[in-house]
Amino acid sequence: MVRVAGLTKQVTTGDSELTILRDVSFSIASGEAVAVVGASGSGKSTLLGLLAGLDTPTAGTVQIDGEDLFVLDEDGRAALRARLLGFVFQAFNLLPAMTALENVMLPLELTGAADAATEARNLLERVGLGQRLTHYPKQLSGGEQQRVAIARAFVTKPRLLLADEPTGNLDADTGAGIIQLMFDLNRERGTTLVLVTHDMELSQRCGRSLRLAGGMLQ
Amino acid sequence: MRFFNDVGLALRLLARDWRAGELTLVAVAVVVAVASVTTVGFFADRVNQALTRQANQLLGADLVVSGDRPLDPQFTTEAQRLGLQVTEMLRFPSMAAANSENVLAEIKAVTEGYPQRGELRISDALYAPDRPATSIPAAGTVWVDEKLFTRLQLKAGDTVEVGQSHLPVGAIITQEPDSAIGFINAGPRVMLNMADLPATGLVQVGSRIRYRVQVAGTATAVDRYRVWVYSQLGPGQRVETIQDARPEIRSALERAEKFLSLTALLSVILAAVAIALAARRYLQRHLDACAMMRCFGVSRGKVVRLHVLQFVALGAGASIAGCLAGLLAQQGLAVWLGTLVTVELPTAGPRPAVHGFVTGLALLLGFAVPPLIALGRVSPLRVLRRDLGLPGGSGWLGYVLGAAVIAGLIIWKAGELRTGGLVFAGFAVAMVVAGLAAWAVIALVSRLRGSGVSWRFGIANLRRRRLASILQVVALGIGIMALLTLTIIRSELLQLWQASLPADAPNRFIVNIQKDQVPALNKFFATRNIAAPELHPMVRARLTGINDRAVSSSDYSDDRARRLVDREFNLSWATTMQPDNLLVAGRWWGEKPQRRDQFSMEDGIARALGIKIGDRLTFDAAGSVFAAEVTSLRKVDWDSFNVNFFLVAPPGLLEDKPLSYVTSFYLPPGQVELLNALVKQFPNFLLIDVAQVLIQVQTMITQVSRAVQFVFLFTLMAGLVVLYAAIASTQDERLYQATIMRTLGASRSQLARANLSEFAMIGALAGIIAAAGANALGYVLADRIINVGYSFSPVVWAVGLVCSIVGVAAAGYLGTRRVLSVAPLRVLRELS
Repeated sequence: MVRVAGLTKQVTTGDSELTILRDVSFSIASGEAVAVVGASGSGKSTLLGLLAGLDTPTAGTVQIDGEDLFVLDEDGRAALRARLLGFVFQAFNLLPAMTALENVMLPLELTGAADAATEARNLLERVGLGQRLTHYPKQLSGGEQQRVAIARAFVTKPRLLLADEPTGNLDADTGAGIIQLMFDLNRERGTTLVLVTHDMELSQRCGRSLRLAGGMLQ
Repeated sequence: MRFFNDVGLALRLLARDWRAGELTLVAVAVVVAVASVTTVGFFADRVNQALTRQANQLLGADLVVSGDRPLDPQFTTEAQRLGLQVTEMLRFPSMAAANSENVLAEIKAVTEGYPQRGELRISDALYAPDRPATSIPAAGTVWVDEKLFTRLQLKAGDTVEVGQSHLPVGAIITQEPDSAIGFINAGPRVMLNMADLPATGLVQVGSRIRYRVQVAGTATAVDRYRVWVYSQLGPGQRVETIQDARPEIRSALERAEKFLSLTALLSVILAAVAIALAARRYLQRHLDACAMMRCFGVSRGKVVRLHVLQFVALGAGASIAGCLAGLLAQQGLAVWLGTLVTVELPTAGPRPAVHGFVTGLALLLGFAVPPLIALGRVSPLRVLRRDLGLPGGSGWLGYVLGAAVIAGLIIWKAGELRTGGLVFAGFAVAMVVAGLAAWAVIALVSRLRGSGVSWRFGIANLRRRRLASILQVVALGIGIMALLTLTIIRSELLQLWQASLPADAPNRFIVNIQKDQVPALNKFFATRNIAAPELHPMVRARLTGINDRAVSSSDYSDDRARRLVDREFNLSWATTMQPDNLLVAGRWWGEKPQRRDQFSMEDGIARALGIKIGDRLTFDAAGSVFAAEVTSLRKVDWDSFNVNFFLVAPPGLLEDKPLSYVTSFYLPPGQVELLNALVKQFPNFLLIDVAQVLIQVQTMITQVSRAVQFVFLFTLMAGLVVLYAAIASTQDERLYQATIMRTLGASRSQLARANLSEFAMIGALAGIIAAAGANALGYVLADRIINVGYSFSPVVWAVGLVCSIVGVAAAGYLGTRRVLSVAPLRVLRELS
């Protein structure tokens, strides 16, 4: 599903060059759940951004479902994201002017899908928010917001779900509920899961962990 | 198909944003902008029509075609085809006799329907109460004016001999609408029915008859007729409009138009600032939405397309709402002016609504599209790293395009490139200067080490957000400047304008005073306890050459220029320039002229004739030929009603030419006997009555003043929206920062003081900019439009500064007050 080879990312800060990722290579099979762990600043989020094609590497390649991400241009990568990828973020990133239902509908609406409302409603019911469809993000608790975000990520039936510290902003109990939900949906839909986390317990629930230190895979 | 899907989605997204209140500020800014532009448009359109129509009362019609030979019937049939009312008139000088007295009178033969504009008033006996005439003189009778009645020593029932006819006097004319036109009809009046004209035997070859076709009707029909007429005019034929006939009226009308169009320009500028601020805020709040869309896999083009479509829909909707608001205000305006304008206000055309719509859409898209296109370039990585802002360079492009749109609108509204360009350049320079001044002051103040944490924090904020602070200061400055201009400067200016035409401004001119009559004339006034008016020498001469090249009217295509060349100019001499003249080019000769062969020429006439400084003009005054060089050009304030001349020479050039004197004075109402006595003692005097013109101009000033007040209400609203938008532009950031500070343990009073000190500083800077701007604007208005001296108003400085500090501090405090009372976590969650 995912094939990463020789991935390197350098940024220039002032006079010096900073290497965030150095020659990272790995593969992830379809349906696998993989945790990316490491200390702060080890390059976890950068790796996730590159896997999603949100950023470009200094060197190396990323293939998703056999397609080389960085051969594509910006819009080509966007089209690939629309087809294959879903996201869950630490800060939820819900749009404040839209209700829970509209937030979940949005990715479908953007692809011009026919029955966006029904799909979105079903998924929100599945994540336990059937009663909160018309609430705005600011009227929802942190856990509820993240459940909306998860519903939004799964609504396009992605083959690969990327999650960046999905429990980072939540208390332990709520976080555990969210994790359970993600793994359940992952299993139900056969999605491949790549999860960036600090949380050792969470990483152990994944089939495999990739540990980053100083930008290198250990 | 895909496009329609995008439109549908864009509309859904728009509806969601609207419901969430994200678009209110942008929409309000556009609605107020369009409403003010539309109202000013409707208003200027209708008031201009009304003023012109009122002025046309002095002409008796909307347009007059005249010729020295019978006019082709097509002039009448075409007017009738266009749905215009048509009357015909013949006027010529002839003797009128009665009681063995003979007087050279001005005969006027009219057809039913005269006058189409203005009022003809008659009375049954001399000095008896008069009434409006409901028809023209019945066939077989004449109406005469008071002068003729007195001179012929008529009594009720007497007949007057006109040519071969003897006609009884049916009524005395006390007021004629077209009596004030030009110098030609200063003679006593006899008015008769056109049907009686053949019997008089006065219409013969060689008679000095002026044939006139007079039309009136809707502005559109008159305009169409005017265009047609100009293509049909033959030799000796011309079109008369009030502007041609009376420079005073033209001058006042031009001023009224300038006043109104400047008001429109001010609202456009304010609207632009409000929209720019609102659009900027909207875009900042939508960075995340765009990043999310990119992350969901939407192409760059589609992100831009969706947002542009949203803004087009928003702009169209808000512009339509603004047009409707403008229409409603227009109804209010009709009621408001109903008591003032004696003639019916003509209905406004759809054009102002179209102008308003285009203005709203152009402003919104001008300011929003470049940043929207930049939104398409937002890095999708922003979903992981919130600190990534807008791609660089986009902000400048936005302002450049926005400025171009404003410039275009201003030039369009001003109606000409030069004025529009000047106004835009003036504002642009003022904004840049204000921006630089704000930057310098912020840099200076941030070096100050004041006591107290709150003060330091407030000042530090100013420095940290320097660009935002400068934008805020400039926007607030413009808003407050508009408010100051609308309140203090406006009333001062209107007072100045009204004072420029005092109640006792001259309303009578005496022409043809001979040199030897001067002492007797002075004595005449002295015995009646009236201060002797100032006499101006006048030489009548024909322009025969420019730079030694012979001049003829056929050299010019312009109608006015042709007539100027055909008739005699009035020349005078003086050592000092009249106070109501303004030198626009060259130099005045002063007390001791170095040479005597020079002229100072009126600017408008020089332009009409294509004469420049340095040109040598040759004149012929009754056989005496002389020449002099044009060394200066003057603007003449014709509506001051003082005696003024197109050409003035220094002493020494004209004294030996055949000359007479001219003067003007104020005759209080009801003193007709004085005129009669004057005419009796000096029968050669030509008395010109401009009382009606004067009243007309005074009425115009009053009306325009009232009208401007109404329109300014909208500009005022636009100013308030600017103020709100400027305060709101940094509100989110302030709330966030204050929340963090509270979390870190800052007390409420510390926060309140920090906010207050920052806003007070912004208010002070904005107040200084506003007062300087308002004074500069007042100066430009006074100097360029009203032509009166303007003294810089200290009140503006005091009021501007105090109100600005207090107002901005209060508004800013209220806007961020929530942070002091709401749980910090809630604010953080809403803003995250």
